[in-house]
Amino acid sequence: MTARIVMLHGAVILALFLLQFVASDYAVLTITRIMVLAIYALGYNILFGYAGLLSLGHAMFFATGLYAAALGVTRLGMAVPEAFLFALACGVIVSFVIGLIALRANGVAFMIVTLMFSQAAFLTVLYFGDITRGDEGIVIKDSERAFSAFGTAVNLADPVLRYNIALAFLAVAIALCLVVVRSKIGHVLVAIRENENRTAMLGYDVKLYKLIAFVLSGAFAAFSGAVYALLFAYAGATLASIQYSINPLLWTLLGGAATVLGPVLGTALMFLLVDFASGFTSASLLFVGMVLILLVLFFPKGILGTLRQRWWRWLP
Amino acid sequence: MTVLLETHGLSKNFGGLKAVSDVNFRVEKGEVRAVIGPNGAGKTTFVSLISGRIAPSAGTILFEGADVTALPAFRRVQKGIAYTFQITSIYANLSVAENVALAAHRPGGTASLEPLERVGLADRASQVAGTLAYGHQRLLEVAMGLALKPKLLILDEPTQGLSDAEIDNFIGLVRGVAQDATVLLIEHNMPLVMELAHRITVLDRGAILAEGTPEDIRANPAVQAAYLGTG
Ligand SMILES: Nc1ncnc2c1ncn2[C@@H]1O[C@H](COP(=O)(O)OP(=O)(O)OP(=O)(O)O)[C@@H](O)[C@H]1O
Ligand SMILES: [Mg+2]
Repeated sequence: MTARIVMLHGAVILALFLLQFVASDYAVLTITRIMVLAIYALGYNILFGYAGLLSLGHAMFFATGLYAAALGVTRLGMAVPEAFLFALACGVIVSFVIGLIALRANGVAFMIVTLMFSQAAFLTVLYFGDITRGDEGIVIKDSERAFSAFGTAVNLADPVLRYNIALAFLAVAIALCLVVVRSKIGHVLVAIRENENRTAMLGYDVKLYKLIAFVLSGAFAAFSGAVYALLFAYAGATLASIQYSINPLLWTLLGGAATVLGPVLGTALMFLLVDFASGFTSASLLFVGMVLILLVLFFPKGILGTLRQRWWRWLP
Repeated sequence: MTVLLETHGLSKNFGGLKAVSDVNFRVEKGEVRAVIGPNGAGKTTFVSLISGRIAPSAGTILFEGADVTALPAFRRVQKGIAYTFQITSIYANLSVAENVALAAHRPGGTASLEPLERVGLADRASQVAGTLAYGHQRLLEVAMGLALKPKLLILDEPTQGLSDAEIDNFIGLVRGVAQDATVLLIEHNMPLVMELAHRITVLDRGAILAEGTPEDIRANPAVQAAYLGTG
């Protein structure tokens, strides 16, 4: 890995670390959320940006992690670290099974199949309302998410600690993405996106590689969901709705599909935009929509995608 | 001589159309075999069956004595059957070098550029493949076939769109490949076929019309009537 790439990504993480010392309490909370959701977008980008597979159903994997973690600590008596691992395992299993089925379809059919599965998952969450508490959601008590690590008690209600936990997970997620996209797997995924037939005729097991991408993105989504539930002490059905399937797509498009940092930048920008717009108009989504249209016109490959195309050819 | 590839009763129907019908075919190791025939004779369909791009309606395919009929295309490639598309199929948005690197299963910049040197594209390694001239894209397609280091290299009309000079170079290239691989060459360019092929198979309306050395084929009246148009 070239020094330039390591330095750029390291600098982003360092900047996020330093930000906590100057940011207001409100900003610390917002950035924590952004970092947690950026993990979701990072995984989504492996599937959408690199492998070229557009899923409209990743909220089901986000929700898998969200509910696995929330139910893990509230009902199954798990400690927080166990709940993370449990949620990750659930995400891998669910995305593996759904991937086996959904990847039999291509193009628009794939979009529809993933959307359908996700809607079914959403309705399942509502149906088992006595366990999931539906729209109202599960609220995790502070006692349920208290645990000790290395002999010290950890209090996840502490905003600064939360910020740094989210940052640590985000750093790991970025590093993992970098490793994946620069590995053989990443290059083969791009090859599949660019020309699937040719890739099969070069002797690559296209189905297997797509499944790898699908499960990776599902695992990132579930982990992000678990972090969300445990850091913010909440798991509600809105987080399983179609809105949360569309979000990672928009974040990735905005920041730049098939760039490692694109989804992180996109997630942050979208939050800032919504925040900024709701400061002066109640029609904030209309404003955001217009900004998105402008971006698509002037940055068709997303911000980092366009920067890479014009100047930074080395950007992974 | 050992048999590399064999087909028994190989057939493919598209609806009512028998694109390939009951073809029994064998290729020896080390051979350069040409498959010729008029447009629509079923040549592309036939080699697509061999490469596994499409599934046969009936028949079996043996490669190195093993039945590969049920294997998906990518497994056959792994076993050494490489296919170059008649309709150019490269990674238009990737560099020429990355195209070959993917074929060599060393994507990401560490692959040897030797296949590009063999087709004469080494000086264009860093160019985006889609910006190559059409003839050069054909050569890149061939280079990708070479990078797979196949036992059987199937070339479906590789010289379509090449200049005369490039065709001369191509003849030398195929001779070089034939040193360590078997070549199945579909071509319309008769002088080239006559010069390169050890044996020729003539397909017509999905069936084998004739098979033999270039001299046999040139002298065969049925072939002349059906294909060469001089009967
Ligand atoms: N996927 C398909 N569906 C239906 N018919 C097809 C299909 N592919 C080929 N055919 C038909 O099968 C016949 C054989 O086609 P094929 O492409 O194998 O011929 P060919 O010998 O390669 O011709 P050419 O010299 O023009 O490349 C043609 O009549 C063609 O129209
Ligand atoms: Mg053809």
